[in-house]
Amino acid sequence: MNTIGKYLLGVAALILMTNCGNNNSNSNSGAMSSSKAEKVYVAPGEHDEYYAFFSGGYSGNITVAGLPSGRMLKEIPVFSQFPTSGYGYSEETKPMLNTSFGFVPWGDAHHPDISQTNGELDGRWIFINENNTPRIARISLETFETEEIIELPNSAGNHASSFVTENTEYIVAGTRFAVPNPQRDMPISEMKGQFKGPLSFVSIADNGRMNLEFQLNMPGFNYDLAHPGRNKSHGWFFFTSYNTEEANTLMEVNASQNDKDYIAAVNWKKVVEYVKNGGGKKVAGTYAHNVYDEKTHTATSTMKEGVISINPVEVEGAVFYIPIPKSPHGCDVDPSGEYIIGSGKLSTDLSVYSFEKVLKAIENKDFVADAYGIPVLSYENTIAGVVKQPGLGPLHTEFDGKGNAYTTFFISSEVVKWKLGTWEILDRQPTFYSVGHLMIPGGNSRKPFGKYMVAMNKITKDRYLPTGPELEHSAQLYDISGDKMELLSDFPTHGEPHYAAGIRADLIKEKSKKYYELSENEHPYAAKSESEATVTRNGKEVHISMTMIRSHFSPDNIEGVKVGDKVYLHMTNLEQDFDVPHGFSIIGANTSEILVMPGQTKTIIWEPKREGVWPFYCTDFCSALHQEMQGYIRVSAANSNTPIKYTLDDE
Amino acid sequence: MKSASIIMIIGSALLLGLFVFPLWSIELEAPQYPSGIGMNIHLDGLQGKEKHDLQNIDGLNHYIGMRKLPKADEMWEFSTFPKVIGGMAILGIIIGLLGLFKSISPKWFLAWLILMCVLGILGMYDFNAWMIDYGTNLDPKAIMKMTDADGNPLSYKPPLFGTKHILNFVAHSYPSIGAYMMGFGMFLTFVAFWMGNKKVKSLKA
Ligand SMILES: [Cu+2]
Repeated sequence: MNTIGKYLLGVAALILMTNCGNNNSNSNSGAMSSSKAEKVYVAPGEHDEYYAFFSGGYSGNITVAGLPSGRMLKEIPVFSQFPTSGYGYSEETKPMLNTSFGFVPWGDAHHPDISQTNGELDGRWIFINENNTPRIARISLETFETEEIIELPNSAGNHASSFVTENTEYIVAGTRFAVPNPQRDMPISEMKGQFKGPLSFVSIADNGRMNLEFQLNMPGFNYDLAHPGRNKSHGWFFFTSYNTEEANTLMEVNASQNDKDYIAAVNWKKVVEYVKNGGGKKVAGTYAHNVYDEKTHTATSTMKEGVISINPVEVEGAVFYIPIPKSPHGCDVDPSGEYIIGSGKLSTDLSVYSFEKVLKAIENKDFVADAYGIPVLSYENTIAGVVKQPGLGPLHTEFDGKGNAYTTFFISSEVVKWKLGTWEILDRQPTFYSVGHLMIPGGNSRKPFGKYMVAMNKITKDRYLPTGPELEHSAQLYDISGDKMELLSDFPTHGEPHYAAGIRADLIKEKSKKYYELSENEHPYAAKSESEATVTRNGKEVHISMTMIRSHFSPDNIEGVKVGDKVYLHMTNLEQDFDVPHGFSIIGANTSEILVMPGQTKTIIWEPKREGVWPFYCTDFCSALHQEMQGYIRVSAANSNTPIKYTLDDE
Repeated sequence: MKSASIIMIIGSALLLGLFVFPLWSIELEAPQYPSGIGMNIHLDGLQGKEKHDLQNIDGLNHYIGMRKLPKADEMWEFSTFPKVIGGMAILGIIIGLLGLFKSISPKWFLAWLILMCVLGILGMYDFNAWMIDYGTNLDPKAIMKMTDADGNPLSYKPPLFGTKHILNFVAHSYPSIGAYMMGFGMFLTFVAFWMGNKKVKSLKA
């Protein structure tokens, strides 16, 4: 009774304590006026409230930061080789960077977008596009690793991408640089009417697998940005285009002549139906589809051939153009799906279109012209309102879910808050300097988390301690929970973040993987225990399956390798605990080190060029005896007959 | 006598909880293990608190030369203890049933409790002896050979009951749910004896 009594008392005390704790935290968060420093301060050991995923632009990768602190949490390699982990260097991940042009070690990553269910962020995956060699990647938000990359044939400048429909049915990829489709040798000056701007639609299966379903072979304008319809406009996609002049040289002048360019409104559900009924025709197009398998820890690259191409004119009532002033860039849809905001970057006004009016204009066949057979709706009959003189160089708009919109202005370097429906300007705050995209976590979905807004700037100049001519880009964090935006902090971001995606941390952090189960490792060269470690020769190839555990390799002495061999080092980390990676590197390797997570197998190739006894070691300070985590490989002359021998502790 | 016998049955049946819940829990804390690492001691073997805790404890212990934690078939206790506890539970239930239908003397209840206490003490003694061996019988080739202030080899024996600092770890060793159920069950058998005894006395009076 005594013990039980104490036990019960203990439970009661615990309940009491937790209750007290709750009361305290409630009263804390209820405090009205906390300073800016307090708002961004995340105490040591505490977690940020939001994840923010910044595209790396020319780094080709994604960096993950916490908000509100702005602390960088991770860089996820996507389109670029990454020696930190061995991504793109290891045998398992090299196929991820395969394309129809061969191995492409670099990419230009622009627009991350998180998967959605019913228009709300669900935190399963994040997608990102590659602009230069058109590709889309899918990254798991359990492992924070790139799991799949699909190339987009017949496209060029994959900028209007990778935006997700509200049940993650499709991702689109536009063509920013109109090109001959199919590609052919022809005079550049004959581009007009000859070039095309295909819009690719990639479907997403329940397990995340991407499939290139069809390409809408649009007239050769430059499709710049896109946004899927939300809520009532679900089933539609909107793309901005510039260079409707179809100029091919000195574009800054020649592509800025038309008073209006177009937003393309695409009823993708209609197009999907058309394809389902056998519409479209298969055209040439070679593309790589690369998939990483978490069980074998290995990616495979498949080269695919052919894609269904659709002539937009042939799908009744599916594709329309809406005129928009002066070379638009951003194209955004508000959470209700009613308003489509087009930012003419040379215009001084913001044009907001009404989805209902667009539908009505289509119904009434209220067309003012046609462009290569695609009906052009009238500007006057589709416009919902104009935000008058908000600033200079409007680019992108996000929403707070409370009826307000926030638009960036590159030239006047500011964010302007305005009201949907009344078009009245509510507030403006400077950015430092020349803001491109902005991001409100969930701000392009049906349900934005309208607490913070991040401005991503193109120019840094004097915001931080100088670091020579080349600077990281600068971001600013604003509190948008009140009537006025409040600038909270500045923080540097890696590469050139074009866009970012943010999500409440609790939607991801609980399911974040801690390590891989060794028992589920299906890598063909995995050594799942020290007794399974082997060295085998197959002609000039030597396969070494080696294990790593605190604090030794097994085997750690290897003989019988010869000059001119191709040595595959298959490294398996036997640890089964959180945050115990081991690294591997060997002198003279022309690849990179590899960082192997617990339960994982990674392979790096070493081609020894000289006789000798060459050391290898663990690159990650894994334990108190990390310095001792090392070994030797003896390399004999090419014609020697040193037998294969491998030991640990001379056994 | 009827209610006393029922309490006797319930009390001894509570021992069966040990077949589901752990007897003892040892939890290790260190800065690098913010959510702790530890094991539950069940009647029939050890279990990590998290999936790979036993392996990770072994991994840590290899630096100081401790043996690997025993598998179920490596200690006779893990096959004997379930038999003893199962047998005692059945015996207690039978005595309770006899009390219910044959009205045997409540002294049988006390006898069961005394036997249970003796077995319990023997069990604890054995457990402690194993921990002393496990914590002091170290590999002479240990990577780290730690000594105390007097130069004697450090003992890594976890406490039998309580909290103790061992190098960078704080070890907490306490009974777990199964043991609480057993303790409460034993208390109930004492209540059964006391109630039965009072009833017998009042009948005699
Ligand atoms: Cu290591």
